[in-house]
Amino acid sequence: MAGSQPNSAPFVRVQLPYHLRNLARIDGEVRLEVAAPVTIRTVLDALEARYPMLRGTIREHDTLARRPFLRFFACEEDLSLNPPDDPLPEAVAQGKEPLFIIGAIAGGSR
Amino acid sequence: MSKVRVLVGTRKGAFILTSDGKRDKWEVSGPFFAGWEIYHMKGSPVDPDRIYASQTSSWFGQILQASTDGGKTWFQPGVKPEEAGPPAFPAKISNRFVYDTSDATGKPLTTHQWYDGTQHPWEFKRVWHLEPSLTDAGTVYAGVEDAALFRSADGGESWQELSGLRGHGTGPDWQPGAGGMCLHSVILDPSDPQRIYIAISAAGAFRSDDGGASWKPINKGLYSKYIPNPTAEIGHCVHHVAMNPKRPGVLFMQKHWDVMRSDDAGDNWTKISGNLPTDFGFVIDIHSHEPETVYVVPIKSDSEHFPLDGKLRVYRSRTGGNEWEPLTNGLPQSDCYVNVLRDAMAVDTLDKCGVYFGTTGGQVYVSSDAGDTWSAIVHDLPAVLSVEVQTLA
Repeated sequence: MAGSQPNSAPFVRVQLPYHLRNLARIDGEVRLEVAAPVTIRTVLDALEARYPMLRGTIREHDTLARRPFLRFFACEEDLSLNPPDDPLPEAVAQGKEPLFIIGAIAGGSR
Repeated sequence: MSKVRVLVGTRKGAFILTSDGKRDKWEVSGPFFAGWEIYHMKGSPVDPDRIYASQTSSWFGQILQASTDGGKTWFQPGVKPEEAGPPAFPAKISNRFVYDTSDATGKPLTTHQWYDGTQHPWEFKRVWHLEPSLTDAGTVYAGVEDAALFRSADGGESWQELSGLRGHGTGPDWQPGAGGMCLHSVILDPSDPQRIYIAISAAGAFRSDDGGASWKPINKGLYSKYIPNPTAEIGHCVHHVAMNPKRPGVLFMQKHWDVMRSDDAGDNWTKISGNLPTDFGFVIDIHSHEPETVYVVPIKSDSEHFPLDGKLRVYRSRTGGNEWEPLTNGLPQSDCYVNVLRDAMAVDTLDKCGVYFGTTGGQVYVSSDAGDTWSAIVHDLPAVLSVEVQTLA
């Protein structure tokens, strides 16, 4: 697996919610090459470059603000409110733990 | 033999219902985009197999889908999975709707009136209505919330606002209705390619005579007792506007309360509620071959969005309004408390005009005899948001 190869950038693992996996025609986890620094912004940049159909679904066009009903979790921490340029936990950068993009449990009235 | 294809948008996906011209046996396909709200789907009159769909979600925002094979397969315009992979940032983005605030092409209009009377930023939320061009399969209009009209000339790959609508002067006074500030009706005049009608809840109806560059309110004759000036130029909660393409100058409107008609392209409106048991409602449509035959579904009130007395009745006027008859044959006449939303009625163009409507209870009803008798094509879909029908050769 590429994440364990010496002298190459580890793969960042991303878990997407069901509807975004369907939209991007993805089965399972996404593995992305992300050059340092590994941040929410650089991971999403890489994700949207590989899956352009996801643009606008996780963060807004132009402002790149996180959509209100999505949250970012990793290593049992809620990273949603962290600045997007903050480094992600080392375990995420090293591909040992995934970054979870999760739909908020809200909107059940419909 | 002719066929019909009914495009149904629901709270939890899209469905396509097909039948031959008899309209008594139906095939149901779907759900497409399962779990997503499909606000509207509509096919191109130029190329009926080209269908556009508005796919939305409170979580994930707006997606624009298109099909070129009559709805069998779908794609996001401008986004081809086989082309994905860095560097693949598309120059065109089908779900990006940016309000034009430039001095050059638009007006720096950034706020509208909020529920409390203060000014509120214009924020894109979703596409309510897609209206394909009458002459070019790759051109399509989108009515959106917060209210604005967009146009794509590349099959939905990219969108540009027709900003003269928001910028014509009254925009800062528009305000949302209970369902949001949505532009829900888009009507293209087949006799005049420069003429476009739109309607907004709760701003009113507007017309452009120059292809969407400039606009004027067309609300004279509307009376809305719930706004400070009941006869104001704008501020009316128009729920839907319909036109028979064979008689483009005549418009019919279901307002919040009141059913209205205009015989002069919207310049003046006359109330035609007549003997309706209640003139609150959402849908209105017109017989394909009889331009004075009009259909509405009266709803009890703005506080109780269901049929009066639990009886689902379509009302038909064969006289262009005022004189209405209830159509009940095949519709539930007891304990029915569904609603019929503003874009959820359509007519086909077969010799015996078919009328279709969908309910928030998940039924889609058809009448293949212009409303005399009805039957349910499907009973148990998710709540129906929109119904369109295509008559196919």
